[in-house]
Amino acid sequence: MARKKSQLADKIDINMTPMIDVVFQLMSFFMCSLKIVAPEGDFDIRMPLGRSASNVVDDQQVPPIKVKLSAGPDGSLGGILMNGNAVADFNDLQRKVVGLVGKGRGPDSLAERTEVEFDCDYALKYVNVVRAITAVSGTVQDGQIVELIKKIKFTPPKAAK
Amino acid sequence: MGKPTSEPSSTDIDMTPMIDMTFQLITFFMFVMNFSEAEQDDRIQLPLSQLAKPVDGPVEKPITLQLTNAGSVIYAGELIGLQDISGYLEREKSVLTEAGRDPTTATVIVRADGAAKTGQVQEIIKICQEKGFEKFALRAKYDEGR
Repeated sequence: MARKKSQLADKIDINMTPMIDVVFQLMSFFMCSLKIVAPEGDFDIRMPLGRSASNVVDDQQVPPIKVKLSAGPDGSLGGILMNGNAVADFNDLQRKVVGLVGKGRGPDSLAERTEVEFDCDYALKYVNVVRAITAVSGTVQDGQIVELIKKIKFTPPKAAK
Repeated sequence: MGKPTSEPSSTDIDMTPMIDMTFQLITFFMFVMNFSEAEQDDRIQLPLSQLAKPVDGPVEKPITLQLTNAGSVIYAGELIGLQDISGYLEREKSVLTEAGRDPTTATVIVRADGAAKTGQVQEIIKICQEKGFEKFALRAKYDEGR
């Protein structure tokens, strides 16, 4: 008699159904709310009104590097001019910018003080501007970003043709 | 002859592995879940850049303006015309000033499509400047492949 009772006490089943229900609810909630976010980054630009014109250069400031990006007939890149000289492509632009500001980095270096001003045609596809900004802002060496020029601005927009 | 089978009627399925696995899955999805309200839109194909590494901390209360390749702006999920953004920006500005913040400290994130016209991106920047915003972030998709 006593043996039978203890066997019964061992056999108390916990009803798992509600727990599994809840757990599955939670799982489907998290699965449905999963949003795959592509990694994105920003190029910071500080451009107050009135100072976007290139003719204001204070004493501390090195004259800006002027990069002109012209558009082809379909909005593709027509040509690059850096300070009036033709540049073959974005790699060449980067080499020339490095040639101008030198290899020195860090606070108060020439690269830190130099500003690049982009003058873009209205119809130029934006992807070219991002490529140009990438070329002047830095390089990737062994997975590390080596910064070049941080100060970037644009000339005032041109009227649509 | 073998032992007599003990109560064949009560064959219990062992739930333990299933519950283990389900909890693992829940934890995985919980960690992967992104709480940041990153405004991303399928209508925008961002240009790629190797330097556009994801930032450590999110920008504090940014204003996101997305420019489609057709030249219209997506603001707060709504498709509006490029010239209409000034009214919305005015509202953003008054919200900021009411909260005691200077509009010049607020960042305007510009998510423009790679095929959009540069002139239109500049027009957006100009309209924002006229409203007193001066910090801009041009967003690009991180390109890890070489």
